Amino acid sequence: MLGLNKHDAMLFVIVLILTLLAPFLLNPFPQGSSLAQFNAGYPDLMQRFVIYGIFAIGFNILFGLTGYLSFGHAAFLGMGSYAAVWIFKLLTYNVVPAILLSVIVAGLFALVIGYISLRRSGIYFSILTLAFAQMSFALAYSVLSNPKFNLTNGETGLQVYSNDPQWLHRASLPDMPHLFGLSVRSTYTLRMNGWTFDFNSGYYICAAIMILMFYLSIRIFRSPFGMMLRAIKSNQQRLNYTGLNSRPYTLAAFVISGMYAGLAGGLLAAMDPLAGAERMQWTASGEVVLMTILGGAGTLIGPVLGAGFIKYFENIFSKINDNVLHQWFAFLPDGMEDLMVTIVHPFIGKGWNLTLGLLFMIVVIFLPGGLVEGGQRVGRVFRRRDRKASGAEAEAARQRRTPAE
Amino acid sequence: MDAILLQILNGLDKGSAYALIALGLTLIFGTLGVVNFAHGALFMVGAFCAIFLQRLLGTSFEIIDETQKDFLGNPLKVQAPYIEYWFGKDIGASIIDWSVPLAILLTIPVMLVIGYVMERGLIRHFYKRPHADQILVTFGLAIVLQEIIKYFYGANPIQAPEPSAFKGSVDLGMMLGFQANAIVYPIWRLVYFAFSVVIIAGVFAFLQFTTFGMVVRAGMVDRETVGMLGINIDKRFTIMFGIAAAVAGLAGVMYAPINAPNYHMGMDFLVLSFVVVVVGGMGSLPGAVLAGFLLGILESAASTTWATTTIPGINQIIIYLVAIIVLLTRPRGLMGRKGVMED
Amino acid sequence: MGILEVKGVNKRFGGLKALSDVNLSVRENTVHAIIGPNGAGKSTLLNCLVGKLIPDTGSVMFDGQSVLGRKPHEINQMGISRVFQTPEIFGDLTVMENILIPCFARRDGAFRLHAFENFAHEKDLVEKAEAILVDVNMIDKRNMHSASMSRGDKRRLEMAMCLVQEPKLLLLDEPTAGMARADTNNTIDLLRDIKSKRDITMCIIEHDMHVVFSLADRITVLAQGTPLVEDEPENIKGNPKVQEAYLGEAAH
Repeated sequence: MLGLNKHDAMLFVIVLILTLLAPFLLNPFPQGSSLAQFNAGYPDLMQRFVIYGIFAIGFNILFGLTGYLSFGHAAFLGMGSYAAVWIFKLLTYNVVPAILLSVIVAGLFALVIGYISLRRSGIYFSILTLAFAQMSFALAYSVLSNPKFNLTNGETGLQVYSNDPQWLHRASLPDMPHLFGLSVRSTYTLRMNGWTFDFNSGYYICAAIMILMFYLSIRIFRSPFGMMLRAIKSNQQRLNYTGLNSRPYTLAAFVISGMYAGLAGGLLAAMDPLAGAERMQWTASGEVVLMTILGGAGTLIGPVLGAGFIKYFENIFSKINDNVLHQWFAFLPDGMEDLMVTIVHPFIGKGWNLTLGLLFMIVVIFLPGGLVEGGQRVGRVFRRRDRKASGAEAEAARQRRTPAE
Repeated sequence: MDAILLQILNGLDKGSAYALIALGLTLIFGTLGVVNFAHGALFMVGAFCAIFLQRLLGTSFEIIDETQKDFLGNPLKVQAPYIEYWFGKDIGASIIDWSVPLAILLTIPVMLVIGYVMERGLIRHFYKRPHADQILVTFGLAIVLQEIIKYFYGANPIQAPEPSAFKGSVDLGMMLGFQANAIVYPIWRLVYFAFSVVIIAGVFAFLQFTTFGMVVRAGMVDRETVGMLGINIDKRFTIMFGIAAAVAGLAGVMYAPINAPNYHMGMDFLVLSFVVVVVGGMGSLPGAVLAGFLLGILESAASTTWATTTIPGINQIIIYLVAIIVLLTRPRGLMGRKGVMED
Repeated sequence: MGILEVKGVNKRFGGLKALSDVNLSVRENTVHAIIGPNGAGKSTLLNCLVGKLIPDTGSVMFDGQSVLGRKPHEINQMGISRVFQTPEIFGDLTVMENILIPCFARRDGAFRLHAFENFAHEKDLVEKAEAILVDVNMIDKRNMHSASMSRGDKRRLEMAMCLVQEPKLLLLDEPTAGMARADTNNTIDLLRDIKSKRDITMCIIEHDMHVVFSLADRITVLAQGTPLVEDEPENIKGNPKVQEAYLGEAAH
């Protein structure tokens, strides 16, 4: 199907179905029930799931396949956002040109930054990309935001003002980002008994793009190009002595992943027409690295899982406060309850970053292959148990036979 | 002439911090072959040792002072630090006043322990793993360290003033024969510079003149061979890691009065210190120190009004620009050995 | 006129003269061995041939073109493949993928952005790869993860990767170094087999006399960076100069 083999096609269909049904799947608990706090079916959260999914899928094409660890991909995300907001300011609120420009801008910057950074490999490459990202952040935060030349609007962030030209804007169109007139904020809410499900047009725009990008990444993984990238990670010297020039391959991977990041940035701006420099900070670069390795670098589905996992728990953890904790641990005796709340307290609410850092370390130390590998390991344990049973029988049979011979 | 000198002096304090952090990074990279993304966090922890001691010394209890009355005529309740109660008012007050330099005594053991635990408990298991994993795990650790500090000390910068004896500025220009007020320089920054020179000299002397240092230097050149000689290089490397951590911590603790510490200062310094290491030459200790001071001075030169009006914000990106140019034209850095990390 | 012509090559490392005035001519369709005691400059010479080192003076011509100053991938595209001392393969990839990569390199050149086709659908190349795997007796391992194979199999795989490119010249850097006798013999058989099935020029750098005399049509003896003699294997055996070079080493 679609030029994919059976296994990939199945994976693709699963992702397709999960994404399309997300409004149902992410709101499993009825409104007003105590478990409703674990629901994740809000439009803006679902949008973040798929947008960061796109970001991580792209990052994985570089890191997962070639092993080149970039610490500066947030820069492309930010550039994409700025590009999109500029389209909103100057041309139109239609998201199509905005997204196109953000991909192009990020791609061009990735070409330049990649060309320079990829002259080095290993840690040098990581440091160079980190330096570029910090430089982009400094540029966006202050350098390119002075009265003479204000490209980024500094600390406040770039946004659309009512006196912006918007040359192609028509009065009949919504006064917010839209897809040919369909506002990204328009939401159809379905109520069934206690349940509510939000179907948001912005989410479905992002979801459609993510599915397309996921499909593209499968094709890249299975292509000769993808194979060359894996070969670079495995043994770059052999690749060079096999007559292949690794430099353009890594550069192409870098630019492609930069364009994915730009696309994600453009979509972020399309869902909420605002671009700030903090999107380019090293923490944001670190986050996409974590999403990718948490899910499983080099696997197809891993980055999507990782992005969903992190964005979901970010949302849940940030919402929890001590009152909620007291509810959770109410079944314990009073002293124990307070103790548990005290222990958990640093990790919730504003402590989400601490949890994130710990998670980062735990994954790198114990599960370098990420959730996908973890799942496979669990799967293997179960299968081995089956095999052990049959293996024991075979052994017994052999022993029965031996004396007779 | 005096203007140039002033810029050089202005670059010294940041340059000293860069040099000290870069020195530790280079030691760790050279001996263990590990890139420590948590090194900036160690600098930050050092700075918070000063805050911790300042708060500890300032711990107070309430006493009723009969000699003072509030406006209703009742005896006034005042906060009295325990330390003043124990040692007498004058000695106690001057101990509190000197809390930043005193914090050095706290920082050294704390950082040695942190360094030891880090190497034994974490870094050690990553020697054989890819560089990417080392970067990632130390990066995670950096986040954890800074979030812990944020949890206890909040997100806002906290002042840690220098002892009052070092407050104020000196007119260096007058001393050197320029006109008055041409070069006025804060005393504490001079102290910081002198302090870092002492530490740098100490580290170099230690490496140069002790057997321990000789083995470590040999290990930096060829780790495997030294290992084969039967010298327990691993243990020495653990100690080296502790020393590198202590250097970062000392750089941080004395830096606290210059810039009020906040929880994310480590990462800001780390990125620039990496650039310093790269410019100086990966694995070269003198290179790290030289590049640290050079880039610090360059940064302050780019902060002059003339520079910032010509190219707005040049001071924010100058170091990165220099690093990119150096890497492209001379990949091994200013003083790097030929062939080391050139690809 | 040989397919590979090395003329007057000198290479210095600081004060050490690694190669001095090396002349070498490898004739087409022969197996040419370069032997010599440790430190004779064999590896330096090889590295000059594949673009890893650039000689200080002299010329290295392959098939009428100079290889000097070219990058490893360019030299490979000229028709020189290299087998390493320890097998260099793509450990994370399957055996089949390992073979397909040189196939693509041969067909598409040093770089092509073919990011949308499926590599498994390239019928011609897959067939070619399967044929070579049959040749080296590894077809049953085609879907195996190559890092998990034995060293002997890795060696076979590396040879197959080189052969599938149909190189004009195959350079082998001590292909049996560190191998047990049985493995060495297997490698000799494999190389003989390869030679009997196709027209190929091989240049072997080797320490092991047994390997050299079993395979070589012509032998160059290198000592202290200079070629001592170049002759047929039978004549080399009794040559007093050669014995001196080797005994001299043994006496140390």
